[in-house]
Amino acid sequence: MWRLILARLAQGIVTLWLVSVLVFAGTQLLPGDVAASILGQNATPGALEAIRRELGLNEPAIWRYFDWLGGFVQGDLGMSLTNRQPVSELLWPRFGNTMALAAYAAAIGVPLATALGVLTAMLRGSVFDRVSNIGALAMVSLPEYFLGLLLILFFSVKWNLLPSLANVYPGMGFWAWIEATTLPMLVLLLVTAAQIMRMTRTAVLSVMDAPYIETAWLKGLRTGRVVLRHAAPNAVAPVINVVAFNVAYLITGVVLVEVVFNYNGLGRFMVDAVSKRDLPMVQAAAMVFGAVYVLLNMVADIGAIAANPRLRHPRETGA
Amino acid sequence: MRRPTLTAWIGLIIIGAFAFVFVFAPWLAPYGLEATVGVPFADPSAEHPLGLDQNGRDLLSRMLYGAQISIGVSLAAVLLSFSIGIPLGFFAAIRSGWTDVILSRGVDTLMSVPVLISALVVLQALGSSIPVLIVTIAVLDSTRVFRLSRVLAQGINVMEYAEVARLRGEGLGWMIRREILPNVSGPLLAEFGLRFCFSFLFVAGLSYLGLGIQPPFADWGGMVRDNQQGILYGLYTPLWPAGAIALLTIGVNLVVDWLLAGQPNRQANR
Repeated sequence: MWRLILARLAQGIVTLWLVSVLVFAGTQLLPGDVAASILGQNATPGALEAIRRELGLNEPAIWRYFDWLGGFVQGDLGMSLTNRQPVSELLWPRFGNTMALAAYAAAIGVPLATALGVLTAMLRGSVFDRVSNIGALAMVSLPEYFLGLLLILFFSVKWNLLPSLANVYPGMGFWAWIEATTLPMLVLLLVTAAQIMRMTRTAVLSVMDAPYIETAWLKGLRTGRVVLRHAAPNAVAPVINVVAFNVAYLITGVVLVEVVFNYNGLGRFMVDAVSKRDLPMVQAAAMVFGAVYVLLNMVADIGAIAANPRLRHPRETGA
Repeated sequence: MRRPTLTAWIGLIIIGAFAFVFVFAPWLAPYGLEATVGVPFADPSAEHPLGLDQNGRDLLSRMLYGAQISIGVSLAAVLLSFSIGIPLGFFAAIRSGWTDVILSRGVDTLMSVPVLISALVVLQALGSSIPVLIVTIAVLDSTRVFRLSRVLAQGINVMEYAEVARLRGEGLGWMIRREILPNVSGPLLAEFGLRFCFSFLFVAGLSYLGLGIQPPFADWGGMVRDNQQGILYGLYTPLWPAGAIALLTIGVNLVVDWLLAGQPNRQANR
């Protein structure tokens, strides 16, 4: 098992490296002169040359890549082009905010959605199953800003219960933070919980159709026992995957939600950086998002290996 | 194919209505796209059923014109992504060996970064314009199409009739067009619906962030963004375009659910 996990870790690191190549290639090798796009209308040949020298654009791309990667590994994310501050100082507080919001949504949404998914699978075909399926399908289809605006309209404007702007600042109290972030959390919750519920239901149902479950039924066991003792242990691995997939989705879904509620997170940070075309900020944000995504996928796979004995002892011939 | 269920009919009717608007928008719209006809955020009235937007333009007319951009751009992106993904996927499946390994690893790498993040990186480098949007989304999304069509083609490629065709000495083009494509059209059609939903929400999302469709063009995502402050005064203005986005996505999803119901478990994902 440890060898498998180590192999998965190594694979994760290779993927991270590939992500860095993609991010760098995406920002540097695509057509379009970075220096010209920074200066815009004010580009004079002298200014262009100065910026190119400052960014090291006259060096070969491969050299610049290793320079950039080397700095990155040591925690140096470069300097922002627009406000001349180190990117790392600007980025990490925003990253913390985003993670806090995602964790808040996941802490409530994951248990709720997996429980609902198992429940609908147990009651397959019932009215409850059908209604929650249609509800989930609708939720998955709704854009985050539509849900967000609806919640703002009712909870903030009409009933005046929660603030429409998720204003957070360092040193605010816990309850103040909860009050500010509950509406964005609800949007994330609705979107991801629906998705997790649908996928958990599918995963459990595919286990429920297996022959050994039929045997359990034929032995005359009760529904609860069949589901909890016979089906659930085998459904854990796919459900872990489902959850990780959706938490990874949460990481990007958060971008839109942050903009709706004007939340000071990494998503809005990246959107602002893209609209200002601030290259080092975009690179850093993309790398951080990419790393979190790769990491979550890796945790999911390792979790699935730990939960599923069949993955722990692969046949010698390999898959 | 099974007969459409009630929910599938609802989906088909929604899609039909949007298709009608998509084609005939310029004839349906009572006012021009940029025509200022009153004060900003005026309430709905007989002449302006949805009211006016933040610049005093007729919201209904703008949404009708917006349908062409919103639906057109995402449709173009999906068509392009299918014309990249399907041939490559079939090619990888038929050739197998090294061709398959190289193509599949490349796709895995592209998929190891969230699509939104890759798209933002590209938009940062190239700036946002309609052709850049279409090509970026198509290339990033073609990875999903590649994976599905590769798996489907691998299934067909080992069938007796495919074997017979190979022994007859048919070439790659024949194999793709005459043996594989007709037998995988069902799942690919469902995938087309899913991919359309994805690109549609994606373009709208980017526009909502201010990084998608740029003026003078206008799409629904951008209209939500422009009118967003109206919600703070209790106005429904930004909810109309957002609702239109949601409604079309639900319609397509309902039809896709029906298409997928006859097939082995495959989950919808965005």
